[in-house]
Amino acid sequence: MNAPARYAVQGLLYAAFIAFVGYFANAPTYEPLAPGYALVRLSFSHGAQRKEPCRKRTAEELAKLPPNMRAPLDCPRERSSVIVELEMDGELLYRIVAPPTGLAGDGASTVYRRLTVKAGRHHFRARLSDNVKGEFNYAAERSIDLGAGRALLIDFNAGQGGFLFRM
Amino acid sequence: MYARSLLASQVTAGAPGGGAAAAALKGVERAFDRAFGGTANPLRHLGALGFFLFWVMAATGIYLFVFYDANVEGAYHSVERLMLKQPYAGGVIRSLHRYAADAFLLVAVLHLVRELVLGRFRGFRWFSWVSGVPLLWLMFASGVVGYWLAWDRLGQFVAIATTEWLDWLRIFGEPLARNFVAPESIGDRLFTLLLFIHIGIPLALLAGMYVHIQRISHADVYPARALACGVFTALLVLSLLKPAGAQGPADLASAPQTLGLDWFYLFIYPVMYWRSAGEAWALVIVVSLCFLALPLLPGRGREPIAQVSLANCNGCARCFADCPFGAIVMESRAGAAHGRPNAVVAADLCAGCGVCVGACPSATPFRSGETLVTGIDLPQRPINALREALEGMLASTVAPAPRLVVFGCDRGVRAETLAAPGISVFSLACVAVLPPAFVEYALRNGADGVVVATCGEECEYRQGARWTVARLTRRREPRLRANVPTERLRIVAAGRGQEALFGRALSEFHAALKRLPSARAAGLRPVARRSARRAG
Repeated sequence: MNAPARYAVQGLLYAAFIAFVGYFANAPTYEPLAPGYALVRLSFSHGAQRKEPCRKRTAEELAKLPPNMRAPLDCPRERSSVIVELEMDGELLYRIVAPPTGLAGDGASTVYRRLTVKAGRHHFRARLSDNVKGEFNYAAERSIDLGAGRALLIDFNAGQGGFLFRM
Repeated sequence: MYARSLLASQVTAGAPGGGAAAAALKGVERAFDRAFGGTANPLRHLGALGFFLFWVMAATGIYLFVFYDANVEGAYHSVERLMLKQPYAGGVIRSLHRYAADAFLLVAVLHLVRELVLGRFRGFRWFSWVSGVPLLWLMFASGVVGYWLAWDRLGQFVAIATTEWLDWLRIFGEPLARNFVAPESIGDRLFTLLLFIHIGIPLALLAGMYVHIQRISHADVYPARALACGVFTALLVLSLLKPAGAQGPADLASAPQTLGLDWFYLFIYPVMYWRSAGEAWALVIVVSLCFLALPLLPGRGREPIAQVSLANCNGCARCFADCPFGAIVMESRAGAAHGRPNAVVAADLCAGCGVCVGACPSATPFRSGETLVTGIDLPQRPINALREALEGMLASTVAPAPRLVVFGCDRGVRAETLAAPGISVFSLACVAVLPPAFVEYALRNGADGVVVATCGEECEYRQGARWTVARLTRRREPRLRANVPTERLRIVAAGRGQEALFGRALSEFHAALKRLPSARAAGLRPVARRSARRAG
């Protein structure tokens, strides 16, 4: 192969190389969310109530303990699971029983879940139980206009009154 | 007859591996050779290209670092400002950084596929193979974090997808993805952390690349200037034609609907959302484990390793300098003949190629001993057997001049198919087994010309062809002596399957020799062959 032909072929091969790199560096396009859909994210971290209530130690029990460990209350560490139900337009969209974290089961229950829903106006109802009886002691509902591509965050913060709906 | 049987046994013992895929790959590489030449052929220097692209990324990354604001508000805008205010400096440099990263991954994957197809993952090569697998993980991790830093819509998608993927492992107390549920959940320190990770992982990658090449000497880490310039120019043209753009600032209140995805680094996320995070983990873990387990596959069996004869090793360290796999070290040992450090062969590193034998000054056939014992030798194919076979062949050849002796390689061109009256062929474990003195020895003992068939750029043992050419052209010890007429020596680079090419070169050389006087008439006086001495 003579020199001009070699350089021409080299040019073609380099062109093919950058065409390949340039194309797959940006294309084909990807649709993480289909057109006409929106995203609902249910996400919170909440420490549920303890499975057993705290108990006051008797004087005899306190006397048996080393002086530096004589706490007046005996609080079992294990927490109950958190149960969450999310309904959309009257139908159950998602339900989860989130156990407490930690080896002793005394940590917060955490939930992170992404749900794809059709865009439009929806009525959401969320309920949460954080006690051993399984009673839903927190509930909230909201009608929200979810445009295509929008992301609704449903958070939970007991200190702020329970469920928080944020766009 | 003795030489023929030696030849036959050698060919059987050293039959090269590789099937149709390897043959096809070599065909493509040879086609590239015609366009680029062997030294600038990108397919033959993928590892060196990887190193080059790493340095391109490092240099461009330092420039980007200067202008980057590592905080929530500034991350996107600093990148955008760079692209808009200095399109022909920062803009091009950012594009180069990104495209070099894509090209880096591409050449790494091609490098992996090439070594896989050529069967270079087992035996003494296991360490290089296994140490390369984690590098892929580090490359992906580094690339993924790089996309976070831009903090555009793609960065937002990558951040959330990555944390959702990691959360599947349930190794974090609280889901990492919760850090990206709302704008206020992200702190400026996150970007400082990401920046450090984006610097730290490439440093770890560089250290891994250094480890990766530890078991090979004279590693190919610098591509030829023509190749480096070609690749850099190509990436520069791409950066100018199609600058790497941003896809709008991140907005955690919305979910990206359409993204221009970098499929080189981010292909796993569509897989994850198509199937599940668990299946995406299963895919990458299974593929990684398969790669790691490949060296355990049964192979052809190891070649016996080189052995050192302390009594004949003078500690010159030429074998140490020439070993392609760093399998030889020089150590002081009791019983050494000259009291200097002697060669020691590391059994697990030795390929049994015999490149060291050709480097050994004591491997000259002119030595007077009844048996030629070298400082270092291959026990299964001692150099003495080659001398005996050569002597026997030259003594028994009655063909008219010019008489040719051909030294080839088991894994290279099938020179033995061209053996004919007057053409004697010797196939070696690697052509670099041949000490240059054998060329002179053949010419003095009846050969009119010597052909050395190297595998060129396809050398199975990396440096065999290179060292052979350097020794025979008197650029490397042991050199061919100055009194050997170079017109009687022809070095031909021809790989397996290029028998026709080799045949033409052989014919041309044969015709050229006919125009020369005989070797004896040219002043190459014969030496007393051992067979003759024995008879006397």
